[in-house]
Amino acid sequence: MAFETFADFLNMGGHGLYVWLSYGLGLLTIALCIYLPVIQGRETRRTLRRRIQRESIKS
Amino acid sequence: MSSTLQLFRQTFKRDLTLAFRRKSELVNPLIFFLIVASLFPIGVSPEPNFLSQLAPGLVWVAALLATLLSMETLFKSDYEDGSLEQLLLSPQPVFLVVLSKVLAHWLLSGLALTIVAPLLGVMLFLPSEGMPGLMLSLLLGTPTLSLIGAIGAALTVGLRRGGVLISLLVLPLYIPVLIFGSSAVQAAVTGLPLDGYLALLGAMLALALALAPIAAGAALRISVSG
Amino acid sequence: MASSWLPRWFYQLASPRWCYSITGKLIPWFAATGGLLFLVGLIWGLAFAPSDYQQGNSFRIIYLHVPTAILAQSFYMMMAIAGAIGLIWKMKVADMVAKSVAPLGAALAVLALATGAIWGKPTWGSWWVWDARLTSMLVLLFLYLGVMALNSAIESETTAAKSTAVLALVGLVNIPIIKYSVEWWNTLHQPATFKLTEKPAMPAEMWIPLLVMVIALYLLFGLAMMLRLRNEILRRERRAGWVKELLGS
Repeated sequence: MAFETFADFLNMGGHGLYVWLSYGLGLLTIALCIYLPVIQGRETRRTLRRRIQRESIKS
Repeated sequence: MSSTLQLFRQTFKRDLTLAFRRKSELVNPLIFFLIVASLFPIGVSPEPNFLSQLAPGLVWVAALLATLLSMETLFKSDYEDGSLEQLLLSPQPVFLVVLSKVLAHWLLSGLALTIVAPLLGVMLFLPSEGMPGLMLSLLLGTPTLSLIGAIGAALTVGLRRGGVLISLLVLPLYIPVLIFGSSAVQAAVTGLPLDGYLALLGAMLALALALAPIAAGAALRISVSG
Repeated sequence: MASSWLPRWFYQLASPRWCYSITGKLIPWFAATGGLLFLVGLIWGLAFAPSDYQQGNSFRIIYLHVPTAILAQSFYMMMAIAGAIGLIWKMKVADMVAKSVAPLGAALAVLALATGAIWGKPTWGSWWVWDARLTSMLVLLFLYLGVMALNSAIESETTAAKSTAVLALVGLVNIPIIKYSVEWWNTLHQPATFKLTEKPAMPAEMWIPLLVMVIALYLLFGLAMMLRLRNEILRRERRAGWVKELLGS
C-alpha cells in the first residue's frame, strides 16, 4: 500500500481532484463504449425479429 | 507513351482554358487570401511589432485556407457534366489526369498566391529579410497543399455539400506543411539558413507528388462509380 | 481467388456468418479477462504503485493516460489496415471492422486528451499545454473525426467504406510525418519542458501495473469493437438466410 489511511488514498497527496476526475471520466467512457453497443444490439435484434415475424405471417 | 503524354497535355490545356473563361472563380481565392490577412490586424492588433512577429504564421495560414477554398471546385464541374467519367473510362492511368488537373489548378491558385504573398507581407509588417523565405516556402509548399487537397476533393466530389467536409478531411493533413513553411519564414526573418526547411518542404512535395495522385485517382474511381 | 497463399482463416474471416459466431464465442472471454485485469491494474495503479518523486500522486493518471494514447494510435492503424483489406480483397467484414473501430478510436483519443489535460494542471499549472504528444494526439483525433464525418456523409454503404478506407490510409501515411513535424516544432518553441511521461527508467513496481492496464484496455476495447461489429453484421446482413434463421427461432 502506498497510503496510510483511506482518507490519504482519497486525497492523493492533494491531487485527489485530478486523479479522481480522470479516473471517473475514464470509467464513464469505457462503460459507455461497452454499454451502448449492447443496447444497440438488443434494439437491432428486436426490430429484425419483428420484421422476420411479419414476413412469415405474410407468406 | 505519347498518347499518355497527350492526355496529360490535353487535360492540362482544357483546364486552363476553362479556368480563364470563369475569371471570377480565378480571382476569388486571391481576394479571400487578402481579406483573411487583413482580418488579423483588425481583430487582434494593428501594432507593427506584434504583427511582424505573427506575420509568417498568418500569411501561411491564410494561404492554406485560400488553397483549401479553391480545392472544392477541382473536380466538381467535370463531375457534373460527365467528362470526369469519360476521363476515367479512358485506358490511360488516372493519376496522370489528376496530376495534370492539379498542376493547372496550382498554377492558378498556389502560384498566384505566392506572387501576391509579398503584398500581404507588407500589410502585416513582415521584415523585408523574410520575403525571399516567404516566397520560396510558398513556392515549394503550395503544390503539396494542392496535391493533398486533391485527395479530399476526389473523396467528396460526389457529395452535394462537400465544402465543410473537405476542410475537415484535409486540414489535419496540412499541419506538417504549415509547420515547416512558417518556420522557414521565421528562419528567414531571423537570418538563419533556409536550406533545411526548403529541403524538408521539397521532400514532402516529392512524397505528395508520388503518392497523392494515386490516392486521388483511387478516390475518384470510388466516388464516380458510387 | 487467385492468391491461395493466404491461410484458410483469412477466407473464413470474409464470411460475416463465421465472424458473427466466432465473436459470439470470444466475447465472454474478453469480458472476463479484460474486466479482471482492469480491476487488478486499477487497484494496483491507484493504491499500491509507489508515487512519483517529482509529481507525487498525480502521476497515477499515467495508468489511464498512456494506455488510452497507445490504443488510440493502434486503433487507427487497425482501422486503416482493415480498410485496406476491404479495398484489396473486397471483404465486407473488413469494411465493417473499420467502421466499428472508428468511433472507439475517437473516444480513446478524447480520453487520452482529457486525462492529459487533467494531468497537465498539477504538473504544468494549466489545463492545456501545446506539448508535442498532446498536440499529435489532437491531430489524431481530427483524423478520426474526418474519417467518421466522411463515412456518415456518403449514403451508399459500399462507397462510404471504400472512401473512408482511402482516407484512413492517407492518414496512416501522414501520421509519422505529422508526429515528427509536431515534435520538431515543439522543441523549437518550448525547449526543455517537463514531459508528462518521459521518465528515466521507470521501476518495475510502476511499469508492471501500466502493462496490466494496457492489456486490460486492449481486451475491453476489443470487446467493444466486437459488440459493434456484431451489430453491424446483423444490420447489413438482415436479408441473409442465416440471420433470419438465427433470429426467427
